[in-house]
This record gives sequence, structure tokens and C-alpha cells, in this order.
Amino acid sequence: MNAWQFLLTHRPEVLAATREHLILVLVSMAVATAIAVPLGMLIVGHPRLRAIALAAASVLQTIPSLAMFGFLIPLPFIGGIGAHTAIVALVLYALLPILRNTYVGLTSVDAAILEAAEGMGMTDEQILFRVRLPLASSVIMAGIRTAAVITIGVATIAAAIGAGGLGTFIFRGVAMVNDAVILAGAVPAAILALLADSLLGLLERRLRVD
Amino acid sequence: MLTRRRERRQPELLRKTPYMTNPIIEFRQVEYQISTISSQPILSGVSLRIHRGETIALLGRSGSGKTTLLKLINGLRRVSSGAVLVEDRDVREWDVIRLRRGIGYVIQETGLFPHLTVRENVCLVPHLENWPGDRISARYVEVLQSVGLSPSLYSQRYPRELSGGQRQRVGVARALAADPEILLMDEPFGALDPVTRAELQREFLALRRNLAKTVVFVTHDVREALLLGTRVVLLDAGRIIAEAAPQEFVRLGHPVAREFLAAAELTAGAPA
Repeated sequence: MNAWQFLLTHRPEVLAATREHLILVLVSMAVATAIAVPLGMLIVGHPRLRAIALAAASVLQTIPSLAMFGFLIPLPFIGGIGAHTAIVALVLYALLPILRNTYVGLTSVDAAILEAAEGMGMTDEQILFRVRLPLASSVIMAGIRTAAVITIGVATIAAAIGAGGLGTFIFRGVAMVNDAVILAGAVPAAILALLADSLLGLLERRLRVD
Repeated sequence: MLTRRRERRQPELLRKTPYMTNPIIEFRQVEYQISTISSQPILSGVSLRIHRGETIALLGRSGSGKTTLLKLINGLRRVSSGAVLVEDRDVREWDVIRLRRGIGYVIQETGLFPHLTVRENVCLVPHLENWPGDRISARYVEVLQSVGLSPSLYSQRYPRELSGGQRQRVGVARALAADPEILLMDEPFGALDPVTRAELQREFLALRRNLAKTVVFVTHDVREALLLGTRVVLLDAGRIIAEAAPQEFVRLGHPVAREFLAAAELTAGAPA
């Protein structure tokens, strides 16, 4: 049986797995963005916190994904088997690109524009929210885009700890030595990644100024 | 009516009734240096009294400290010693946000916010000051007309869609929007082609006569200083070395003043 036939005969299962996968990714991305963007805003004015936060996010990024899932299983509250553990791991992976781009975006705003804002009597808070953040938005979106593509890929491994998603087919196919089953998971994951990349890329260009 | 409106907006600016002889801006023995370790101060021994309605041209070469002098007025830089007074009050005692909102600030074209339209750029300070919407709209039309731009044509445009000259007009309109007493301009016409620059300089003269503001502007162009200033203040290596009305400035004997005039070929003895 080839991959196409497998997809056709198992369509409901593949669709269900795709939906699971998408939910894992969306929840993880939402949480990661909600943490990394405000943290990025915070570290602009705090050099020591900046060094710690960026180093920690970089170290997290270097942990092999399968090992990360393994480490998390025995932990109380956040660990165990299932989707919530997978989401914790995916959030940790997504932090670095978003955090780094938020920081870079906020700090690379033209100094002349910032001085004009200050000279006009804008408060630090107004400068952050009305000048820095809008001007950094496309760079931040580029970070979210990178993180989304990474997360869609890494989320396939979440199946190893019982979180479901498209990885289920990949692990099953590997166990069965059946390419068609592997492809039933890999192809939709690749399509999701491409879609996310182009849609978020569109958004990124839309947010770009000048 | 006008006075009452201004009072509500800028109570600190009117607390003291100023005499015409009282300077609106005063520098008292100002020193400015970036760090105590560095040997050369950016500004030293600067004393200057600027009166209401004057247009002061701060003239000097790059690195003479003229931009720093300007930024001491709106608190973008802080004196190392001495004092800067605005409306008889030390800048250090001012609520710096209130001080700056009462001072218009124009820098080279890069100062416009690229993510905001012309209207949003111009109306930013009135907006931050919570003016009512109809008053903001009326003021927008007023200031855009005063810099020679059509209010309706430009309202939705972004700075990137404007020419250098148009951007600079919008910059001036933005600085005038909240009707400040003082206008600070840092090489306002520096980035423009000669024709546009001459056009804006002429318009600036007309605008100045109508508005009766106190203007302090920075330039390295002696012609611009003589044309636009009611008084030219010459800086060299962080010190004020001469100050004179334009008609007297051309007769000054100071070597640095001569250099400037010679470079612009404004003296008889200038090299051909």
C-alpha cells in the first residue's frame, strides 16, 4: 500500500491527528508568546536580567527534543504522560526565537526617532508602547514565525510521551518499518509548517514599516 | 479665551508673570561633560540669556557643542555644573515631561514616526495631552496650513510617502501642534537640497513673524544663521566665543567668525 492510499483509507484518523497537532502547536505558541514578548520588553531596561534570560533560553534550545520530553516526565505538576507535558516542552523551545527577536526589535529602533519621542515629552511607557513596540512588531513576528515552524516539527516527537498529534503515525511507521505510515504523519506536518511559515511571513511583511 | 485654554494645558508656564526683560531661557555658567574622567568637556563656561520672541542661531562646527546646548534646554542632556533655567525655573526642578510638552522640538527628517500617518504624527502631543477631538482636528488643519501643506491631502500619508521638504514641514507642524512658547530646532533644514532649503527658510521667516515664538536653532551654515537668526551665537570647542545680531556678526573680528564668513564668501577679504 502506498502513502496516498494509506492517507485516503485513514483520512479521519489523519485529520484527527492533524487537529491534535495543531492544538498542541497553537496552545504552545500562545503561551510562549505571552511569556517571551513581555519578558523581551522587560529585559530591554535590565541588563543583568537580559544576560540571564537570553542564556537560559539558549541553553533550553540546545537540549535534544526527545531528551527534553524525557526529562519532563518525572517532574511533579508539569510532568507526566500526555499533552500538557508536551506543551511545556514546546513552550520552552519556542521561547528563544521570540525572546531574542523581541529584544533585538525593541533595541534596534532608530536612535533619532527615540530621541524625538523623548524630546516631545513622551513618557518611557508611552515610548515603549507607542513607538518601540509598533516599530519592532515585524521583527517580533519574524521570531514568532521561526518559533512556529520549529514547534510544528518538534511537536511530532510529542507522540513519544503520549501527547498524540501527527507524530503518532511517524512512530507507528518507524515501528512497522512502513514508509507509507511515516509519510501519513510527516507530509501533513510539513504542509502545516509551510502554511504557518507563509501565513506568518505575510503578517510579518504587513507589519513592516518603511 | 486663548489664555484660559493655555492655562489649563500648561499651568507651570504661566505661574509667574514674566517681565519682558526676564529671559525665557537662561544658561548660568554651564559645564557639560560625559564623564568626569574625560579631559575635554563638551561645554564649559556657557552663559546665555534668551529673551521672549528671539530667534537664536547656534552656529558652530561639528563637535562645537551646539546640539548639546540645545538638548540641555529640554532636558535631553543634564548639566554637569551650573544651571539652565526655563521660565525662571531650573530644568532640574521641572517635571521633565511637562517641560518638554511645552517646548516644540524639530530634528532632521528622521524624527518623524514612520509607523504613524502625517495626522497622527502632528497630533501626537495634543493627543497625549488629552485635548478633545474637535480641538485636535481644528489644530491639525491650522498647523498644516501654516507650514503650507494641504491638511486633507496629507492626513493619511506616511512619512515614507513624502519628499524631504514635506517631511520637514510636517516636523515643524508637529512641533507647533501643542502651541508651545519655545521651539528648538536641530539643523532643521540640514538634509534638504539647496532649492528646497531656501524655500523652507523663506517660509520659516514668514512663520516666525506670525507666531512670535522663542526659537533656538542649531546650524553649521553661517548664511542660514544670518538669515534666520535675530541673534547669532557662535560656539567653538564648547565655549561661546561671540554673540551678535546678524548685521553686527559680519563685522566681527574674531578669527573663528572670520573663518565662517570666509568659507561662505561673505567678506571682502575672502579667498576667491
